Amino acid sequence: MNTSTLILEEIKVKKGKVMSGAEAVLQSLIAEGVDTIFGYPGGAIMPIYDALYHYDKQITHYLVRHEQGATHAAQGYSRVTGKTGVCFATSGPGATNLITGIADAQIDSTPMVCITGQVASPLLGSDAFQETDVVGISMPVTKWNYQVTKAEEIPEAISRAFYIANSGRPGPVVIDITKDAQIGEFEFNYKKCERIRSYHPYPAVIEEKIDEAIDLIKDAKKPYLLIGHGILISKAQKELSAFVEKSGIPFASTLLGLSAMPVDHPLYMGYLGMHGNYGPNLLTNECDVLIAIGMRFDDRVTGSVATYAKQAKVIHVEIDPSEIDKNVKTTVAINSDAKAALIALTRKIDKRTYPDWLAKFKACDEKEFEKVIKDEYNPTSEKLRMGEVIHILSEKTKGSAILVTDVGQHQMVASRYYRFSQTDSNVTSGGLGTMGFALPAAMGAKIALPTRQVVAVIGDGGFQMTIQELGTISQYGVAVKVIVLNNNFLGMVRQWQQLFFDKRYSFTELKNPDFQMIAKGYGMEVNKVEHRENLDKAISDLLNHDGPYFLEVIVEKEGNVFPMVPSGASVSDIRLE
Amino acid sequence: MDNNTSTGLYTLSVLTEDKAGLLNHITIIFTRRKINIDSLNVSSTEVHGVSRFTIVTKTSREMIDKVIKQIRKLIDVLDAFVYEDHQIHYQEIALYKVPTKVFLNGNKIESLVRNNGALILVIEEDYIVIEKTGHKNETQDLFNKLEPYGVLEFVRSGRVAISMSKRKTTTLIQQLEESTANKLSIDSY
Ligand SMILES: Cc1ncc(C[n+]2csc(CCOP(=O)(O)OP(=O)(O)O)c2C)c(N)n1
Repeated sequence: MNTSTLILEEIKVKKGKVMSGAEAVLQSLIAEGVDTIFGYPGGAIMPIYDALYHYDKQITHYLVRHEQGATHAAQGYSRVTGKTGVCFATSGPGATNLITGIADAQIDSTPMVCITGQVASPLLGSDAFQETDVVGISMPVTKWNYQVTKAEEIPEAISRAFYIANSGRPGPVVIDITKDAQIGEFEFNYKKCERIRSYHPYPAVIEEKIDEAIDLIKDAKKPYLLIGHGILISKAQKELSAFVEKSGIPFASTLLGLSAMPVDHPLYMGYLGMHGNYGPNLLTNECDVLIAIGMRFDDRVTGSVATYAKQAKVIHVEIDPSEIDKNVKTTVAINSDAKAALIALTRKIDKRTYPDWLAKFKACDEKEFEKVIKDEYNPTSEKLRMGEVIHILSEKTKGSAILVTDVGQHQMVASRYYRFSQTDSNVTSGGLGTMGFALPAAMGAKIALPTRQVVAVIGDGGFQMTIQELGTISQYGVAVKVIVLNNNFLGMVRQWQQLFFDKRYSFTELKNPDFQMIAKGYGMEVNKVEHRENLDKAISDLLNHDGPYFLEVIVEKEGNVFPMVPSGASVSDIRLE
Repeated sequence: MDNNTSTGLYTLSVLTEDKAGLLNHITIIFTRRKINIDSLNVSSTEVHGVSRFTIVTKTSREMIDKVIKQIRKLIDVLDAFVYEDHQIHYQEIALYKVPTKVFLNGNKIESLVRNNGALILVIEEDYIVIEKTGHKNETQDLFNKLEPYGVLEFVRSGRVAISMSKRKTTTLIQQLEESTANKLSIDSY
């Protein structure tokens, strides 16, 4: 018997059985296929934790060291599998500690269900011990939330939670369950939610819109495609390659779209955004038809919208209607799932090539290589540069690792120079830019896919925001490879201070602890590199080690990331130095 | 300034499930963008379990089009519509409390009430409540006229509105219930 039939048997046994709300939570999760939970107990969620004690065969619970870590771990887990991540936390401070991760999941469309304990229902609103209005606090940062005050509401609330979290544009859901609802008993039955009449996550492709888009593309001489996270969410990688290969249209990716297609795809022009590649940014203001699929024109991609692609007709394929015309005015809006739209578009698109247009990207690439990349790969500086570290990592893993990045210069450098060869391999905090994301997210990704190499690249600042998750990594032997690029600065902020605030380095220099001693204290294998001649071997050692591994790389203190579109400037004002 | 960015008055009609917390969800969308709500009314509709929020706000067309999409996106919102005044029939109701003694001084007030399409709701020993239904300028006009006599209290309801469209709520809900957008069906393409 395989595990899935085993689980089904189990559910059958429990159907119609009288049980506590706490047990019903676990039965409902099992019915949704959940086998992994990240969480942290406390008074108001103790009945659920007590029930969990008897479910250790079906569910593996990872005890994190801070609830924020649970959310990011659940996000990492979700981002590499497409499955819904699950977190448990207690009321009050436990729940408020989840908020950063929930907000991150909301803005980066990550399916997550957070179950929080709440004080008993008669105490609601009374400022009882560890009572916070979790539904109120999480309202602006959740796709949906709901407070359960009676045990019998649990199955329906959870089935809705999973349906909402992981359909249409995914997002986080909070289910807040009062302690009395966890204790109360009722006859359990579970039905998966398949529709909510007020919620329509998958608008159908409208053929006329496809035709309008095809007409625009037909007349284009310089069509240009931007892809985003939506490609990965809808698992449209194959459909995307069919589309670009038939249409011949060059394409570029947003930060969250990275790894949707291999970096060496001949039509892949590079990475968009503030620190993206030169050509992909610059030529946005030269294309005649701009096709955007599964991306939302974030301001880090558009720079000043007033001067963004004004010359182009815009086709926007987007599942969330509220994103259409929000930042950039469209000529043709296709409000649907990316995969469905790509299939429809590919069917009608003409086979073409655009050699002259591609040559323009190529010329830009050469310029960027000369001015920026060459020196990142083979620096003449005495100190190590971030770019060479990522370059070696990319070569040694052949671009096939899952790359988890934190937020800052190292994130931009890693996103620029890691040459992804496998899909669903880029995990980062894009929309919220949450420092502290990477370490727990890498842990979640590795737990989800233990056979994949998972490498976290983190700055010395962000590392210290969730450093305590080394404890979780070590307790469960999660074999993540952690690289801290240490510049003893909040590097990205320092770069802005250098460029835009006359080098006034206001509170960005860090006096750091001995990171190796800390990681060692958590029982990890550790290493530190300061000199170029040791870098290659250090990265091999990191990759070849069986368990969790920590590598600190001392990089130059005042390195800058280029190219750069200065904040508020136009994409065509991208600076190479 | 073009039509899209100049300020206008918009009436939003939002059909929702009758669920707690929705008001908060809706107002968050306005507060995030620092848009003031001029008036808000929540009521039941002709369909059991379905509520209607009627929201009046001053903003630009461009902004209201973004706001309405974000409102529609809320899970418990069935549908939402934006109207300009010429697309709806609308009313507000105002109550005016005036001292009873001013009525005793001749029939000035009585004729005010009669000539303004208002009516007297209650007469108590020391005050009288006048009621008037109308557009804001009309209820305001009566207020201005009553003010010299001493208005003890004045209150005006939020706008309620009914659209000129032929759409039936029950049909709309039936369509929502039968929609196939609940799941992704790639095969049909
Ligand atoms: C939680 C949080 N606080 C503050 C910031 C603002 N911020 C963005 S990048 C950055 C510096 C990051 O420094 P470090 O982690 O050392 O990485 P580096 O830029 O040096 O690679 C800061 C402070 C943020 N993104 N997240």
